[in-house]
Formats: sequence, C-alpha cells, structure tokens
Amino acid sequence: MILLWGSNARDTHPIFFHHVLKGVRNGAKLHVVDPRRTSSAQWADVWLGLDVGSDISLANAMGREIIAAGLANKKFIQHATSGFDAYRACVEKYTLERAQHETGVPAEVIQRTAHAYAKAKSAQICWTLGITEHHNAVDNVVALINLGLLTGHVGRYGSGINPLRGQNNVQGGGDMGALPDRLTGFQHVENAELRAKFERAWGAKIEPKRGWNLSAMFEAMERGELTTLYVLGENPVDSEADRHRAVKLLGGLKFMVVQDLFYTKTAEMADVILPGSAGWCETEGTVTSSERRVQRVRAAVPLPDGVLDDMEIIFQLARRFGHDWGKPNAEKIWNELRQLSPMHAGMSYQRLEELGGIQWPCYDEAHPGEMYLHSRLWQEPLIGPRAPFHAVEFEPPVDQLTEQYPIRLTTGRHLDSYNTGAQSERFPSPLRRAATIDLSPEDGERYKIGEGEKVRVSSRRGSVIAPVRFDPGLRPGLAFLSVHFHEQVATNDLTIDAVDPKSGTSEFKATAIRIEKYLDN
Amino acid sequence: MDLHLTNAKPTFEEKAAIDAVLGEPKSGWDGGARQIERDGRAAFGGEAQHAQRHLLLPILHAIQERVGWISHGALNYASLRLNVAPAETHGVASFYGMFSLSPRPPITAHVCDDLACMTRGARALCAELEKKLGPAGAPCAGGRASWQRSACLGLCERAPAALITAAGKDPRERVLAPATAASISSTVQDAANLNLPVQADTLNTNISVPQAGQAQLRLLRRVGQIDATSVEEYRRTGGYEALRRAIEWGAERVIREVIDSKLVGRGGAAFPTGKKWEAVHLQRHLGRAHYVICNADESEPGTFKDRIVMEGDPFAVLEGMTIAAFAVGAQKGFIYVRGEYPLAAERLSHAIRIARAQKLLGDDILGSGLRFEIEVRRGAGAYICGEETALFNSIEGYRGEPRNKPPFPTQSGLFRQPTVVNNVETLVNIPEIILGGGAAYARIGTGNSSGYRLFCVSGHVVRPGVYETPYGPTLRQVIEMAGGFGGTGRLQAVLLGGAAGSFVSPAELDTPLTFEGTRAIGATLGSGVVMLFDDSIDMKQILLRIAAFFRSETCGQCVPCRVGTLRQEEALQRLVRRETIGSVAEESKTLQEMAQAMRDASICGLGQTASGAILSALNRWSLFS
Repeated sequence: MILLWGSNARDTHPIFFHHVLKGVRNGAKLHVVDPRRTSSAQWADVWLGLDVGSDISLANAMGREIIAAGLANKKFIQHATSGFDAYRACVEKYTLERAQHETGVPAEVIQRTAHAYAKAKSAQICWTLGITEHHNAVDNVVALINLGLLTGHVGRYGSGINPLRGQNNVQGGGDMGALPDRLTGFQHVENAELRAKFERAWGAKIEPKRGWNLSAMFEAMERGELTTLYVLGENPVDSEADRHRAVKLLGGLKFMVVQDLFYTKTAEMADVILPGSAGWCETEGTVTSSERRVQRVRAAVPLPDGVLDDMEIIFQLARRFGHDWGKPNAEKIWNELRQLSPMHAGMSYQRLEELGGIQWPCYDEAHPGEMYLHSRLWQEPLIGPRAPFHAVEFEPPVDQLTEQYPIRLTTGRHLDSYNTGAQSERFPSPLRRAATIDLSPEDGERYKIGEGEKVRVSSRRGSVIAPVRFDPGLRPGLAFLSVHFHEQVATNDLTIDAVDPKSGTSEFKATAIRIEKYLDN
Repeated sequence: MDLHLTNAKPTFEEKAAIDAVLGEPKSGWDGGARQIERDGRAAFGGEAQHAQRHLLLPILHAIQERVGWISHGALNYASLRLNVAPAETHGVASFYGMFSLSPRPPITAHVCDDLACMTRGARALCAELEKKLGPAGAPCAGGRASWQRSACLGLCERAPAALITAAGKDPRERVLAPATAASISSTVQDAANLNLPVQADTLNTNISVPQAGQAQLRLLRRVGQIDATSVEEYRRTGGYEALRRAIEWGAERVIREVIDSKLVGRGGAAFPTGKKWEAVHLQRHLGRAHYVICNADESEPGTFKDRIVMEGDPFAVLEGMTIAAFAVGAQKGFIYVRGEYPLAAERLSHAIRIARAQKLLGDDILGSGLRFEIEVRRGAGAYICGEETALFNSIEGYRGEPRNKPPFPTQSGLFRQPTVVNNVETLVNIPEIILGGGAAYARIGTGNSSGYRLFCVSGHVVRPGVYETPYGPTLRQVIEMAGGFGGTGRLQAVLLGGAAGSFVSPAELDTPLTFEGTRAIGATLGSGVVMLFDDSIDMKQILLRIAAFFRSETCGQCVPCRVGTLRQEEALQRLVRRETIGSVAEESKTLQEMAQAMRDASICGLGQTASGAILSALNRWSLFS
C-alpha cells in the first residue's frame, strides 16, 4: 500500500510516480491525502480531501483507530520504540468524529484508510511539501512517523516513511552538510568530538555552534546582524513566502554575491554575479537521490565561455582569502569526505561505477550499502536507540479564515514547471498554461465569475490580479495558485511567512484570502 | 488515472446504453451528478474501476447497438466510467470493423463479397444494390440506412449472404442468406420503418447440414433433430451424461482419456487438447484463477461449422466447456462469439440461462459441488481476435492485438492467468471421448488424425454445407458427399483451410483430408474449409480478394505483417493490371520474399499465413504469364 500524503507526485515527481504506477499495476493500493483531488489523487483507490493544515488531526485519528481496532503492531512497539503510552494518551482524544469535524473527511473514509494501512503487508507513507510547508511542519512529519512506528511499517522491504525530494540531489545537499547544524554525513556541529575530527582534517577551526537556517537568516538581516550574503543556486526573491519583505531585506544588504546558472530575480539584485555550471552535465562529482543512492555524475559537455566549475569558483575564492587548496579534483574531494563521513566511507569512485551507485550507509569497501534505512529496528536484540513516538497536537494554520478572508488558498506546482521557474521557464512546454487562480466551479457561481475573468486575490499581506480557472478537484472555499509565474502573478505577495521554528520552513500552503471581481480598464 | 477529456459530452441515449452495462455512476467523479458535500471530500476508484476494464467491449457494443455509431462524447463517458484514458477507448473502438466512429445511419446492411459469395454472384448483387440503394456507404432508405461490403460472414453454405443491423432502443440483427438485392433493400426498408419483426434467423438444417438425421453422425447428430433451445431434449439424447461421468472419474482420469484420444484442436493449429488441459491442471496448487475459453470467433473465410454447431446444439458446447473446466480447475469461462453470429450468440446465452436454472452451471453443478460460470462475449468484426492471445486482449478490453509467445496461454492467458482455449468443434468432441473412452476415440480415423471432423464445403459444389466424417476420406470423396462439382461442372481449384490455407488443383483430389495427407502436398486442413471454384472464376480476382482481406485484417502491431500484407496486395494488383515493376518473374520473386519475411518475423499466425494461399496458387498455375 502506498499512502501519498500532501504530495501531487503525478505532477511534481513524475519519475517517482512512474514507479508508484508500476506498483499500482502490480496490485498495490494507493490512498492519497490532499485537500485537492489532484492528478495523483485521480489514480487512487481512495482520496481523502482534508482541509488544509488538518493533517495532524487526521493522522492522530488514524492512530487512535488503529489502536482501537487492535491493529497496532504491539510486538514491534515493545521491541523498538519508546513513548507509546504518551502517544496513545494523546491520540485518544482524536476520535473519528472529531477528525471528521476538523478535517472534513467522512469518518468512515478515515477508518477505511487507517485499516488499509495497518493491515497492509507492506506500506509506505510518502510526503512532500503539503506536509512540510506549514507552521508546524515538523509536527506534521512526526505525526506520520508515529503511524509508521505504530504499525511497524518501517525498516522493512516495501515499507517506510519517505519524504520525496524535489531535485535529483536535494538529499545529497543535506548529506554533504549544507545544513545549519550539521557537518558532512549529518555529524552534529555542536558535538565537540565530531567537530575535532573535522578540524584536524581541515586544519581550521569550526564555529562550535549551529548557524542560521534561511528563515533565521532573514530575521538576522532584519536585525542588521547579517549584512553580506553569498547565494548559490537559490532564488529567494521569488521563493520566499513574504516576497515584499524578502526584497526589502535583500536590498538592504551591504554586499550580495549570487552564483547561479541563470540570471534570476535575485541575481538582478546582486553586487557580484558568478556564472555557475550545470551540475548534471558540465561537472564531475556525485549526486544522491531520494533513496540515498550516491551516483557518479560526469561532465558530458564542456563549460561555456566565461563559466567556471562551481568547485573551481570556491577554490579560487579560497585562494583569494589566502588558502591555496591546489587544483580542484572531484575524486580527491570525495575521498577526503569518505575519511570524515563514516556513512560514505565505503563508496570509492570505482565501486560507485561498478555497482551503479550505492545507498548509504556504506561503512567500508566490503559493505553493499543499505536498501532501507531502519532495518536495525527489527534486529534481535535491538541495535541502537529505540525509535521514539512523539505525541503532537493539531493546530490550525496561522492565517485564519474570517468573514473578510473566507477562502483558503494553497499553493503548488504544475507538471511542466519547476518552482520559481529559474530552470523551467526558459523552455517552452505544450502543457504550460498561464498563471491562474484556480477555484471550484461552485465558487465561480457564488462570486459570479466566469472562467478566464480576472479577479483580485487579497490576503492580509497583499493582493494580486489573476484570471480564474475552474478546477473540479477543488471544493467551495478552497483555491489554488501555482508558484511558477511571479512576473504574472506574484503568489508570494499573498502567502504568510509564519515559520515552523523547528525546521525554518514557511507556511506556503495555508493562506486566507478573499476574491473580488477585477474590472480591467 | 488522470483523464484528459475533450468537452464532447454523451447524449442521453449513449449514456443510457453505457449505464445499462455498468449500472448508475456512484459519484460525480465517475460520471454522475456532482454533489460537492460528498464528492469534495472523498473519491473512490483505482482498482475497483480498473477491474471493470473488461466491460469496455460490451460497452462499445451497447453504444453501437443503441445509436449506430460511437461518438467522442460516448467514448469520453466510457473513459470516465472505466477510468481508462480516452486514447485507449478510442484505440479499442477503432480496432473493430463493426464499430463506426463517424456518424452513420442506424441501419447497416453488411453485404458479403468474400470468396464463397463471389462464387454465388456477390459481385452482381453488389452492382444491383448500387443501382437500388446508391453507392456503398451512402445514406439510403430516407437517410436511415446504408450498406457496405463485408468480409466473409460465415454463411457460405447459403451464399450470397448479408447481415443487417438496426441500431436503436430495440435493436435488430437479421441474417439474409441467400440474399438478393430485393430482399436486402426490402429488409432495410422494413428496418427503416421500424417494421422488422423480432423473429430471429433460424437454422435451416436441410440446407446447412445435408447429412442431418443420418445415423452415423456424432458431432452433428442433434443438429436439426432436437429443439436447440430445450435442455430436456438435449438430456433426452444423452446430454450431460458425459459431464456426470467426468465428475465420477475425477479430473486426472478425464485428462488422461483426452490425451489418449489423440484429439487435437480443430481451430486450425492442431495442438493436442489433452496436453493443453494437463498443463493448466498441473498448476492448480498455485492458487491462481484458471479460465476456460471457447473460441467461437470463427472468422476464417469459408468457415461456418462452429456457427452451425452453436445454433443447432448449444448445450453440447456448454457441456464440453464444463468438462474442460472441471478437468483444469476453472470456475469461470467465456465463449467469444464472432460479432457476425447473432443467432449463435442468442442460442448460447439462452442455453446458459437454462443451464444455470437447472444447476448445470453455477455453484453446485449436478449436485457435485462443482462451480463454473460461463459468459458470452461478442466480437466486433476482427479476424485477428480468433488468435487466442488477441482474443484475451479483446475480452480484457484492450485492442485485439496478439501477444508474444511465450508465455503460452496455459501459463499466462486471460487476465494473465492459466487458460485453456478450445475451439467449438474441439469442445463438442469431448462428450464423445468421455462416453466412448479415449482409446476407442483414438481408433476412429487414420494414423495421427483421430476422431471426427467437420468440413465446410462451399463454392461450386452441388450441396454446400457442413459435413461430418471420421478422418480418412479423400478430398474427392468429401466433394462427392456434397453431390460433386457444381457451377459449370468443370473444377478449376479448391481452397483448403480458408484464406490462411492453400489452393489445390483438380489433379490433387485424391489427397486424403488428414493432417498427414494434406501435409504431403504442402497444404493444410486449417479450419476444415473446402471451397470449390469452377472454370468460370477468374482466380486473379480471388487472389486479390484474399490479399485485400489480409491487408484489412492485419492488426498493424508488427511491421512484417502490417507492411507485408499491404505490399503483397499492391504487387498482386500490379500483376493483375499488367503494370509490373520489372518482369512478372521479378514481381513473383518480390511476393516470395515478402512472404518469407512475414513467415519469419510476424508475431502471430495471421502474418505467417497471409501469403500461403496466394503463393500456393502462383505455384500451381501460371496466372500472370
């Protein structure tokens, strides 16, 4: 069974979804949790159309139902988890009736999905930004992990809890230490022993405390503590939740360097632009996919004139800061990383090539890598710490619906475009259609708006003008905007920058709006 | 799946026709009225909807029968109901000759201009029709009807033949054989005036089964002698005794007897039936669903024996299938009847209803606990669907394109489950084997050709019809059974085995009609076709008709057949018109080479045999020099 939660993978992860469809054709059940009946939901055996941001209520009610129906995996819970009693006490409050009230999904449908998930021989929960772009993103994720622990659908073949990554190397970015609190291989920067290992290898001191995440960086700009910014392959002008604020703060920096393949909105504001290389075809190195598989990447075409390999840029910067690292060599850097990151230790270039990639962890050159991550939870006796349940409570979105802002706006992507369009808008697509505000046909009738007519969409932070498109996958009171076309419709003028303090992500998925006819003169 | 439909909507009639097959839609998501409180919060579909895919062909039949053609709106609605991409529903609908995807009047006269009917004046008939009703395809009868030429309708013993279909709320199908331009146009007119009585076609045994009533008949002994709609009469004449005995014996013994009988398939491929059954039987421990399919898609030009058996003795088909199901452990069977056989389909459906009521089908057959159900599925005008794997795809709701083999049907057949496919004639031999014993059956006939055989004798012969004989007689003897040469009385050629078979010359009449005998002269028995052509016939026109048939019936899936059948027809056309590229010998060589490519590289038997008859004629006669 595949439980796709807060993900329209059909459009946003088409390659992954192709594998989902293989499963479906082999008899796997697909249940989709999404406020909209998306193109993914149309493939599902069951679609649960919950209210935006009510995921925890739904997950907790499923947990309660699984326990009440005697479908919890007691053996696994005893063997490998902790905190179950507190979890049970917490979800006890989430009756099916309560969840129906909070999520809008009929109780019997919640029950059906809970049972299907618990009874499945193997089951996966896959999620994307529908879970994480909320003010309580981490709680949302934890609520799903709880379900995996409750049923033992973790660490086994065909089972698991999987965040789907947006690009071929999002996983690799985190693995390499591009996180505020981690060094390469998820080694915590505040652990003195680990830090010392890196300091010895690098011959340099490392700040003993975690850095800022993106949201914290903007707050630091606001306080005047952050005045210089080096942006690599990001486009915060178009991607930040509160666009006005982002532009203002970036504009107030003393100095900004942007290194990118494209001349993005952010690059337009930069003091220095460093033209970057296309990782997938112009450089040597590795990428790591969602399934933790490290794969080799090779340069297929030479760099264009005036462009340097990203590695070369960083090496040159280092030289100008007074550190000569010599000539950059991808394999040499990789081998240094293998010395420092135990989970990559066994992955020589030769092995990566021979095996067509290796899934971490891979501790030594005899280790084949691990197909799934948490198999240790099934070892007798248990290896390592117990996996903790975390009781989490439902909290509605920050931007509340009122009479003045009665419609819930959520955001997402189209199949043919990627995020701010830095990569995708330069290419024509027969599927691409202009930016629209998508409404249910019923709302069109209620507001007396025809398809194609323009409306003013206003939130508590700003307003945009957009033509209307009717989507029967929406219900009254639910609207959708894509995030792709900032030139036409600056979605992030509307969205709220309420941030999950634990992850730093913004609540892109839940904005309160109102809609008015817009008369073009 | 995520369907991307055009804005075309179904009409009330189209929707009603589809809903009659599937039941009312359950929500706004599968074609019903949108109720947002319900539909905005949950949707169900997925597997439950996909599992109905096999109903696509019945749905298309329902639309065609109701409206007379299949519109985009109807296909959109079918796609929505079944959750199948519109490209696929269109692909399936456009696959079959009996479906029209462009507006067509509700009444269609399908007038056979194929080989047997050619010997009985089909060309003149069509010419007369053109004068009476206008050109083929043009509206006539006040715009309510049109007529078109058709491939063999399987009515060769009563040639020339026509099939009239009248779509509507109360659809009609009417067979006219022998047909005249007058009878076709008056029937069309009656249908246009909604004045065509329900009275169905009946089997005229005197014409179709000249041997009827003769004591030595086994497979045909009931045809015309009992009421084919009465199970009592069937039982009174020994019916269902074989099933009772089979159940007493047990599956292993049944299979052993069938193997001992040396019965081989009568559809054309001549595979040992008992071996096929055993292969499926031996997989019972795997717990998969097993299927038994009766291949009644009798579309080989010149073949009509299965139709006569189904029309005259339908319970025998059911009994044979039920014994097969018992032997191989199947609980579900399908009879795939060719779309042009309305009476056969009706007789079988009727027999199934009666059998079910009498506990001869269902959950507890003959009180033994045996479970077996049979469903009739109608083809829709596609010769290729007689190929067993194409037949699976057709039943499953896909285009009737053959699959690669292996895996063979006994491993992976209908719905990818172990499946036995037997031809009608094969199945009606089964009760004979059970009642008489396999060894005794094996002694009937000659050598490796054991048992009884039905021959479809047509063309220039005195008494066309289906003839039964134990294996053994020569071609001459079979023709003599049918009263000898007809027409001018001067035989020019005999087509053995149908369009996929081969021509033989008058000098070869003493060939025994056995597997061994025909093989010795490089011919084949195929489906038992014996079609005679007298010296008034222009063989070149016969060959062109055969070439056109294969070009029209290739499914187009594999290149050698798709391209080869077209090039073969073109080369023949050039030869006939004396517009050869290079010499006649060079064109003949081209034909030979294309035939070789088709034989070597086609996926299925259609391409492999598409040139057999044509080359056999070129080898025997110098038609173009």
